[in-house]
Amino acid sequence: MRLQDQLVFNLRSLSRQRFRTVMQLIAMAIGAFSVVLLTGLGEGGRQFVMAEFSVLGKDILIVLPGRKETSGAMPPLTGGVRDITLQDAQAISRLRNVAGIAPLVVGKVELSYSGRQRESLIIGTNERFFSIRHLTLQQGQGLPDVAIDQARAVCILGAKLKTELFAAAPALGQWLKMAGQRCRVIGILANSGTGLGFDMDHALIIPVASSMQLFDSHGLFRLMIEVRALTDMAKLPQQIEQVMQQRHDGELDVTVITPASLLAAFDDILAVITLAVAAIGGISLFVAGVLIMNMTLISVSQRTAEIGLLKALGASNKQVRGLFVSEVLILCLVGSLSGIFVAQILLWFARQQFNGLLFIAPWWASLLALLVALTCGIVFSWLPAKRAANLLPVAALR
Amino acid sequence: MTHSRLNTQARPTIKASPMIQVNKVNKTFKLGDQAVHGLKNIQLTILAGEYLSVMGPSGSGKSTLLNMLGLLDVPDNGEYWLQGHDNICLDTVVMDEELRAQYRRDHIGFVFQSYHLIPRLTAAENMELPMVLAGIPPIQRKARLAPIIQRLGLAERAGHLPNQLSGGQRQRVAIGRALVMRPKLLLADEPTGNLDTHAGREVIDLLEELNADGITLIVVTHDMQLGQRAKRKIRMIDGEIVLDQLPSDEPL
Repeated sequence: MRLQDQLVFNLRSLSRQRFRTVMQLIAMAIGAFSVVLLTGLGEGGRQFVMAEFSVLGKDILIVLPGRKETSGAMPPLTGGVRDITLQDAQAISRLRNVAGIAPLVVGKVELSYSGRQRESLIIGTNERFFSIRHLTLQQGQGLPDVAIDQARAVCILGAKLKTELFAAAPALGQWLKMAGQRCRVIGILANSGTGLGFDMDHALIIPVASSMQLFDSHGLFRLMIEVRALTDMAKLPQQIEQVMQQRHDGELDVTVITPASLLAAFDDILAVITLAVAAIGGISLFVAGVLIMNMTLISVSQRTAEIGLLKALGASNKQVRGLFVSEVLILCLVGSLSGIFVAQILLWFARQQFNGLLFIAPWWASLLALLVALTCGIVFSWLPAKRAANLLPVAALR
Repeated sequence: MTHSRLNTQARPTIKASPMIQVNKVNKTFKLGDQAVHGLKNIQLTILAGEYLSVMGPSGSGKSTLLNMLGLLDVPDNGEYWLQGHDNICLDTVVMDEELRAQYRRDHIGFVFQSYHLIPRLTAAENMELPMVLAGIPPIQRKARLAPIIQRLGLAERAGHLPNQLSGGQRQRVAIGRALVMRPKLLLADEPTGNLDTHAGREVIDLLEELNADGITLIVVTHDMQLGQRAKRKIRMIDGEIVLDQLPSDEPL
């Protein structure tokens, strides 16, 4: 039998049982749809998290106080941790491979300006922080380039914080009150969104020494280190640990992390989640396959007379089997393709709706959905097709 | 696919012989736990171009005989030699099912009591079906079909679905379908059973015309009048051939 003739024969038979065909198509489409849509959403989530973390460049190291010991407790929780002081930071900045450092002190303080009050995130750091976090200013200037242990009564406002405190009025040169101290606004950040959990639009940035006075602390929350050359990335953590160990009387009580390793760990976890979600979609494809098998079994028993006739007219067992298998394959192909198509359209809408979130189903998701659908088709049509083929023509004709 | 392969597992013993040679064929059915003899020790020789009727009461095995002759059913034992391509005879009992299907397609035409047309296909498409299964290209199919449609007087009805046709027209479509592969053997199982006298008469005339053109015609019926028209009459009772009346036996 020629392929075109077989196709026409299948399509005739499918369009004859329109309701059943549509039902099977929908089942198959839902299966493929969920595989593609779920992986697309998973992938979008992954991209989002990765983007959050990639705010930090590849050439950045982070030193945090404390060390994860075999007890398994997280660094900040282990007692008796010694602070990373500004002197420690200066010592590290003298290392040959270090291009620059940005100390980080974080806290919350009540701000006020002419009667308006806001509790705000305070970030104490230095001018290097701006380049590391790729922050840009819409007005004024950044933090003054002074030694890090020098306090200055200046601050830089996040874009939204500025609007909340000053509305449309000019903010540059104005004095803010914060917990009994005063600081002059010397710069305003451009819109910069969130990154690493800090909402920079609502933050107030002040010199690190000022923030330590404000919070009355001697320790840094984090120390960010910019590497001179990426090739030094491998050995630098060790050098930093050595310096810190010397300065802390032989005890190693800091942790050095590279964003790259952090990123890789997250990437692995999120990829597994995406796969798991795809597998859930795969189950619905499988269910659709079982449904099609049952429908086809019913169809075989309803069409015994036709099968007997085809055999009487000279169709071989192989031909009869082929007719039923290809009928199911058409269903699977058309169903899954339309499911994939609809899912892609929905993902496209999701991308338009949530700007910046990359809801893109990876190419392998669509391919996987299609392959699983076709495999299901072959596997699940085999039993009914074989049953049809093995009918004795005389028994089928009665 | 269009050409039969003759060297299969069937014993390629070749005989120069009549079209059909049936030797000691038996077929039993299980009805509950009782074995019923469908065919009992059948011995039958049929020459090319003959016109036979098979008659007998219900359950006498006449349909079983026809199904066996049409390779729709396989006997339990015995031999059934059937002429195929180039007038070569093969024992169909030991053939594999694929070759038997090919034999049915290329050498045997069937006409059933209830037509067995596919309802979603038009009259022309139903007639075309054996050629489609045989993998014949559309152009050749149309060329072969046109004269047959003409001859059956179905030109105006060719595009109609079976449920838009009368019983007589449907049976003519079925006959057209049986003819498109140009078989040498035409088997008809109660071809007029569902038709009124007039339509039945037309169908019989058509079948007899085809026989006159050379096709071997075997008609199973319990209509005495119809059965008597055949030149050779076989009577069956309880799976046995009890009477085989050749044309020469007929009283003058």
